[in-house]
Amino acid sequence: MAEPRAMDIKDQPGFRSIAVICLLVLYVPVLILMIFSLNSGSLVTHWEGVTLGWYGSAFRNEEFHAAAKNTLIISVTATIVSTICATLAAIGMTRVKPWRGIAAAFMVINLPLMVPEIITAVATLSFFALIAGTLGLNFGIGNLILAHTVFCIPFAYMPIRARLEDMDLTLEYAAADLYATPWNAFRRITLPLLVPGIMSGAALAFIVSFDDFTITQLVAGPGQTTLPLYIWNQIRRPMTPEINAISTILLMVSILFVSVSFLIARRRAK
Amino acid sequence: MGIAFENQVAAPQLPSRPAYGDNQTGTHLPERAGSLNGVIVPEQPGKNAIEVRGVRKVFGTGENQVAALDTVSVSIRENEFFTLLGPSGCGKTTLLRLIAGFDFPTAGEILLHGQDIAPLPPFKRPVNTVFQSYALFPHMTVAQNIGFGLEMLGKPKAEIEARVAQMLKLVKMEALKARRTSQISGGQQQRVALARALAPQPKVLLLDEPLSALDYKLRKEMQIELKRLQHETGITFIFVTHDQEEALTMSDRIAVMSAGKILQVGTPRDIYDRPAERFVADFIGETNFLPGTVVSKHAGVATVKFASNATIAAGYPEGFDPTGEVTLVVRPEHADLVPDPVKGTIAGTLANIVYFGTDTHYHVKLDGGGENFIVRHQNSRSSPVTYATGAKVGIQFEEDAARVLKD
Ligand SMILES: Nc1ncnc2c1ncn2[C@@H]1O[C@H](COP(=O)(O)OP(=O)(O)OP(=O)(O)O)[C@@H](O)[C@H]1O
Ligand SMILES: [Mg+2]
Repeated sequence: MAEPRAMDIKDQPGFRSIAVICLLVLYVPVLILMIFSLNSGSLVTHWEGVTLGWYGSAFRNEEFHAAAKNTLIISVTATIVSTICATLAAIGMTRVKPWRGIAAAFMVINLPLMVPEIITAVATLSFFALIAGTLGLNFGIGNLILAHTVFCIPFAYMPIRARLEDMDLTLEYAAADLYATPWNAFRRITLPLLVPGIMSGAALAFIVSFDDFTITQLVAGPGQTTLPLYIWNQIRRPMTPEINAISTILLMVSILFVSVSFLIARRRAK
Repeated sequence: MGIAFENQVAAPQLPSRPAYGDNQTGTHLPERAGSLNGVIVPEQPGKNAIEVRGVRKVFGTGENQVAALDTVSVSIRENEFFTLLGPSGCGKTTLLRLIAGFDFPTAGEILLHGQDIAPLPPFKRPVNTVFQSYALFPHMTVAQNIGFGLEMLGKPKAEIEARVAQMLKLVKMEALKARRTSQISGGQQQRVALARALAPQPKVLLLDEPLSALDYKLRKEMQIELKRLQHETGITFIFVTHDQEEALTMSDRIAVMSAGKILQVGTPRDIYDRPAERFVADFIGETNFLPGTVVSKHAGVATVKFASNATIAAGYPEGFDPTGEVTLVVRPEHADLVPDPVKGTIAGTLANIVYFGTDTHYHVKLDGGGENFIVRHQNSRSSPVTYATGAKVGIQFEEDAARVLKD
């Protein structure tokens, strides 16, 4: 008789068909989008032949350049600032004596994950409108950077905190035992061991900022079009496969960062 | 030990002077003889390296309070190989953590060379630890691990390199110095942990069950190595173990702990031959317990009567006044079998014979009932009598074999 081992999911009735349907629904549209970026015709619904021309025209498109530049400025800055904030927060939440309100602080840090994005977007918009109205302050693209930084923090925070919690505290005791001041112990022991967590947090933050639409759409002022906004504007006109090419480029950047984050996390698990 | 220390460390493989001075560590500790600025302070013989005075450590609050240490006082002398011995959870690691400064006592104080160390954070205490889990830095090589303490003390590069080389040689790890610590075996990690803690030449070395992860043969080797190191460096070792044999063979003195208290402090011989309490006798070595009644007492020796009406003279610890029903303890090797049951102080039937190579254990079912009494015989080529299970035998006691102990 067969031992009552863990069952093989492939033996479950209907598993294969459900899996195939899910995969099709998820990936066929993306696949079609990518395929039509190579269409030599100028319609996204009618296939005529293969060309790389739309990639060429995307790379020559100045509006695309401007949007890419905005996106990079915002994403890179927001990633750096939010990763630094998240690192400090994670250390403050794991490497100190439990303090009053530590649970509340945890909630506050992670709140952006739970608040519906449209609410955050409207709130951020009214906030910037308020300070512009009362104080006459407008940070230009800084508004977007600020907004992105805030909602990126929880994404950067999670992997960093997980890494800190996994870390053997005895290592820090050992450093102190060997005459390392708290700063030296952090710099020489904690920080180097935290790097994979920080990298993976930064990669996540970058992705989230890179393809944010809702908040950016509401907060962005004139001349602050990012790539997602640019695509949105394009599809309201008659579409050409150029938009498919641009989308494919964005997708590749996203996949690259997700993979980096995943690989780093996997190396840490070993 | 000042002068002696200097002489000892003239041995080639040994560091030549204390690694820290008051200037680097910012402590207000007294200068040690032969320290960096060359001032030689004469040291009194038998000075204490560590004094633990009335230390309590309570974890948790309210209902969940645990006294991990319950008013512990003990003095550890300079140059001493001092062992904390006790069952799991008795507070050994907690005491080391308080000495190292990773945690603070709830009450009481700890002195290092006569100075209260409470105000010193761990990184200013001239005390190094070999952690129970080794705690080697995984992102550094073996050599970087060993040099870390010296580097943090701001030693010149050349000095660090020389000392690391000495230490690598000492623990026989030269060949693996460039390896990551995750790429070496458990025994090798243990030796690196030891070298890392010794490199800055602390005044006191704390070792938390450093040999527990090693196999029997390597453990024996490391025991001898540790003893040699301690002797040669003159560093005070505070060694934690729950292996009684290890404690007996290695220590100058042993503190036996149970449930947060120190029950007895003494030389291995003291502890083994004159245990202060029943727990100590039971924890260290094998022991027989026999019920009896005190009939008279004179000058620290009680006359105790067994159920069989036979009597025996038994010593008892100072400050203990045995009366009425008591328990006698007798080590298995302090008793002997006689073939004639009438000739023995007590009698019984041989229930079991267990052969151990070097010696044989005879389990005797006593006529009066109770637990089996164990007699240990050392085996030799010419054992005079052979016994068979089921035989009626008598048990004789050597002089001073029996002691009355507090329960
Ligand atoms: N941080 C802590 N919080 C609560 N209780 C603790 C803490 N550390 C230790 N204890 C408790 O204090 C007691 C002593 O623990 P300790 O680690 O000193 O034991 P030990 O003698 O080193 O044991 P072992 O031989 O298993 O290492 C135990 O009952 C333990 O549960
Ligand atoms: Mg322990």
